[in-house]
Amino acid sequence: MSHAEHPPYLQHHFETPEQQFDAGKIGIWLFLATEILLFGGLFCAYAIYRANHPEIFVYAHQFLDKTLGGTNTVILLCSSLTMAWAVRASQLGQKKLLILLLSLTLLGGFGFMGIKFVEYQQKWKHGLLPGAHFAPHEEGHDAVAAVAAKPTPPVSVGAAHRTTIPASAEGPGGTVPPASADLALREGPTRRPNNVQVFFSIYFLMTGLHGLHVLVGMIAIGWVLVRSARGHFGPEYYTPVDFVGLYWHLVDLIWIFLFPLLYLIGT
Amino acid sequence: MTPHAHARVGHVVPLRVLVVVLAALLMLTYVTVEVSRHDFGRFNLWIALGVAVVKAALVLLFFMHLKYDRPFNAVIIIVSLAVLMLFIVIALQDTTQYRPTQIPGYAPSIKTNTQ
Repeated sequence: MSHAEHPPYLQHHFETPEQQFDAGKIGIWLFLATEILLFGGLFCAYAIYRANHPEIFVYAHQFLDKTLGGTNTVILLCSSLTMAWAVRASQLGQKKLLILLLSLTLLGGFGFMGIKFVEYQQKWKHGLLPGAHFAPHEEGHDAVAAVAAKPTPPVSVGAAHRTTIPASAEGPGGTVPPASADLALREGPTRRPNNVQVFFSIYFLMTGLHGLHVLVGMIAIGWVLVRSARGHFGPEYYTPVDFVGLYWHLVDLIWIFLFPLLYLIGT
Repeated sequence: MTPHAHARVGHVVPLRVLVVVLAALLMLTYVTVEVSRHDFGRFNLWIALGVAVVKAALVLLFFMHLKYDRPFNAVIIIVSLAVLMLFIVIALQDTTQYRPTQIPGYAPSIKTNTQ
C-alpha cells in the first residue's frame, strides 16, 4: 500500500483498518474485564453480608424507592438501545441520525443522574448514610409510614425462627440480654435490626461507583458527539463510537444486577 | 480510491434485532419487579439473578456485538466472569466456616448446628 492510499485515521503501525479496529477492540474488552473485576469486589462484599445478615437487607431495602430505581432501569436500557443504534448509524454513515441518537443517549445519562440525585438527597434527608454517618430519623420516611400503616407483614426470614419458649426476663450472669436484632425480626420490618448502616455502606459504594461510571460515560459520549458533528466518523472509521458504546453498555450491564440486588429484595 | 480504503470493518446489527432486544429487556425488567412482589422464599433471589443473567446475556450478545464479534473477545469476558464467580463462591464457602452466632444477636438469621 502506498502512502497516498493510507487513510488519515489509520495509524502508521497498522497494516489495515481492520487490523487497527480488531486490536483496539481487544484492548477495550480487556478494559471491560478489569471493570467487571473492580465491581466484582463490591458484589462479593454484598454476597457475604447478605448471606450472613439477611435481616439487614430485608429491613433496609424498604428505604429504596422501587419506582425511581425501576425508572432508572428503563432509562438506562433505552439509552443502551440508542447507543447501539448510534453505532449502527455511524457504520452506515447516517450523520444526522448519529448525532440525534448520541444526544438521546446523553439525555438518558442526565435523566439517570438526575433521578440518582433525588434518591441520594432523600437518603441524606433521613440520615440513611453509610458507616459512622448513619443517623436515621425514619419517622418522616414514606416507606416506614406505609409499612407502619399496614398490618405488619411477616418476614420470611424471621418466621423460621419463631419459638414457643418464652424469653427469660434476664439471662444468667455473664450473658447479654435477648438480642434486640432477634426481636426485630419477629416483630416485622418496622423494627430496626442492628448494623443497618452496613447496607447503606454497600448501597452507596455500589451505586456511587456505578454513578461515577455513568458520569465518565456521559463525558465520553459528549466527546464522541462533538467529533461526529465535525464529521469524523463514517462507514470506514467509527471506532470511538463503537468503543464508547461498549463502555456504556457495560455500565448498563452492571445496573441490570444492581437494581434487583438492592431494590427488589423482598416483599 | 482503492476499494480497500472503503472496506467496512465490523458487523452492522439489523435495527429490528436491536428493537426486539430492547423489548425483551423491558419485559424482563417488568418480570423481575413483579416477581419481587410475591414471596417465593429463597427462590426470589434465584429468579432475580436468573432474569438478570438473561438480560446481561442479551446486552452482551446483541448490543455489544459479541454474537458477531471475533470469539477472542468473548473469551476475555467469559474468563473474567468465571474468575469473578470463583472469587465470590470461594469467599461465600469460607464465610460459612465460622461461627456467626459467637456474638449473640450478631447474625440473628443464621442457623447453626451448634445451638
